Amino acid sequence: MNTTSILRLPRLSVRFVPVWRRNLLVWRKLAIASVLGNIADPLLYMLALGYGIGAMVGQVNGMSYVAFIGTGMVCQSAMFTSSFEGMYSAFSRMHVQRTWEAIINAPIALDDVMFAEWMWCATKAVMSTAAILIVIVALGFGHTWLALWVLPLGFLVGLCFGAFGLVMNSLAPGYDFFTYFFTLVLTPMLLFSGVYFPVDQMPAWLATIAGALPLKHAIDIARPLMLDRVPDAIVLHIAVLAAYALVAYYVALSLTRRRLLK
Amino acid sequence: MNGAALSETAATPAVTRNAVRDAPILRVDGLRKRYGTQEVVRGLSFAIRRGECFALLGPNGAGKTTTLRCCLGLIDPDGGTIELVGEPVPKAAREARVRVGVVPQMDNLDPDFTVRENLLIYGGYFRLPRSDLEARIPRLLDFAGLAGKAATSIRTLSGGMKRRLTLARALINDPDLLILDEPTTGLDPQARHLIWDGLRQLLKQGKTILLTTHFMDEAERLATRLAVIDHGTMIACDSPRALLAQHVEPEVVEVYGEAARTWAESRGRPLATRLELAGETAFCYANDAAPLLADLATHAGVRYLHRPANLEDLFIKLTGRELRD
Repeated sequence: MNTTSILRLPRLSVRFVPVWRRNLLVWRKLAIASVLGNIADPLLYMLALGYGIGAMVGQVNGMSYVAFIGTGMVCQSAMFTSSFEGMYSAFSRMHVQRTWEAIINAPIALDDVMFAEWMWCATKAVMSTAAILIVIVALGFGHTWLALWVLPLGFLVGLCFGAFGLVMNSLAPGYDFFTYFFTLVLTPMLLFSGVYFPVDQMPAWLATIAGALPLKHAIDIARPLMLDRVPDAIVLHIAVLAAYALVAYYVALSLTRRRLLK
Repeated sequence: MNGAALSETAATPAVTRNAVRDAPILRVDGLRKRYGTQEVVRGLSFAIRRGECFALLGPNGAGKTTTLRCCLGLIDPDGGTIELVGEPVPKAAREARVRVGVVPQMDNLDPDFTVRENLLIYGGYFRLPRSDLEARIPRLLDFAGLAGKAATSIRTLSGGMKRRLTLARALINDPDLLILDEPTTGLDPQARHLIWDGLRQLLKQGKTILLTTHFMDEAERLATRLAVIDHGTMIACDSPRALLAQHVEPEVVEVYGEAARTWAESRGRPLATRLELAGETAFCYANDAAPLLADLATHAGVRYLHRPANLEDLFIKLTGRELRD
């Protein structure tokens, strides 16, 4: 495989659908455990931090602290779910089980497989977003139709971090490699994007850096929606997320072609 | 394996079948593939006719798997042309793969699914209608000797069962050409014989098979024609019988033990047409082994075996004795 065929633009076709469906069918076998995890985890965090810390801090940016971290966790959860899917699960299918190898012997190209995996990462992100939305609504917040817009937002966040995960997957010699991503990307993202406290509480230079983080842009969209407001600068936030997603996906696809098609 | 009729090509009109029958099902012309500075396939050409079993033989690293991957359009060759089931590859590789079944070197069944689900899901990659698959799967399971295992998890299958299921999976689209990359590596003799039976049945039904192997007995049993490749080029290509007749003396006397070398140097060499020494074994190739045997009879301490020449002798003669990694 030469450089031009590694770097050519993605070739899209509907043949990705059966591959996406395969992942869905596997998920369905373990759906109960998966959904329980999706709901129980954020519920515990929201109860503990929301009411524990919330009792000390009171209102944050015009909303209760539970609602504040609840909306942060919607985005955080989409981020974690899709990153995890793009790294550990994709690596199992690509490297450990050689499922991709089997699929590309059928009339399905690697481009289709990668696109299916990317879409699956985003699908899983929407599932976890929905689960947390249900928790938030059950706790008495976000009772507005606008809140439903966090579902497509979850999809976009899933595309973004799913693509990051797939980049890591294309380079990984083994599962241990993904630890770097947690330490270097996900943890800073989690701490500095305004999940647990407003970004403007940080020193200006740190807040400026935070402005480049995709998760912050996701949260800037999600919070107003929960309060029944249309977010400011929504086009900018979406553009940043989409740009991260597209560039990362192209890098992931090129690196995966280099890894497998030789 | 059970011999239910699997082929559905009989429904094709006879006229069309005759027209395509003469064209090779796979034609490789001047294939070249380079990795970095090393050229692993160096101008390989061959054509596979419909209904035959064509074996690619070669030591490890000879370029067999690379050649198969090129033929399937998974990697782009650096030179040469490939036509698979009438489609140019890699350009129309995806279209070509619709009519090809592949058994890979390493098992890659889907561990999250049952036996039946594996076939169903894989059929989905070919966009085959569910009703067709439902009809086809019982026959395939029967063929693979897995009729009672439809609902079994992949994780509990033996190595031989997994291989047979992989073969059944490769037949899910009723392919014209079946490509097998070292289909019986790692299997015990019973399991290998079962796979061979299955492949022979498929040939009887008119399927075409391309297989790579480094088991000579496998090639000898199955192949109508075989190509020996080494260092990316073809050394010989013909029917096993013709190749043997052309390259190897018909009789072999293997002499073993510490005394073998001295006996071979002093007595064996003039009596054999060709003599090879490897470790403590002397291989004497001859058109008539009678003089060798007569001489050995006078040396009471020397152990020996007299046998007809086989493909292994051919293979060793063409590719040498040194170890490949």
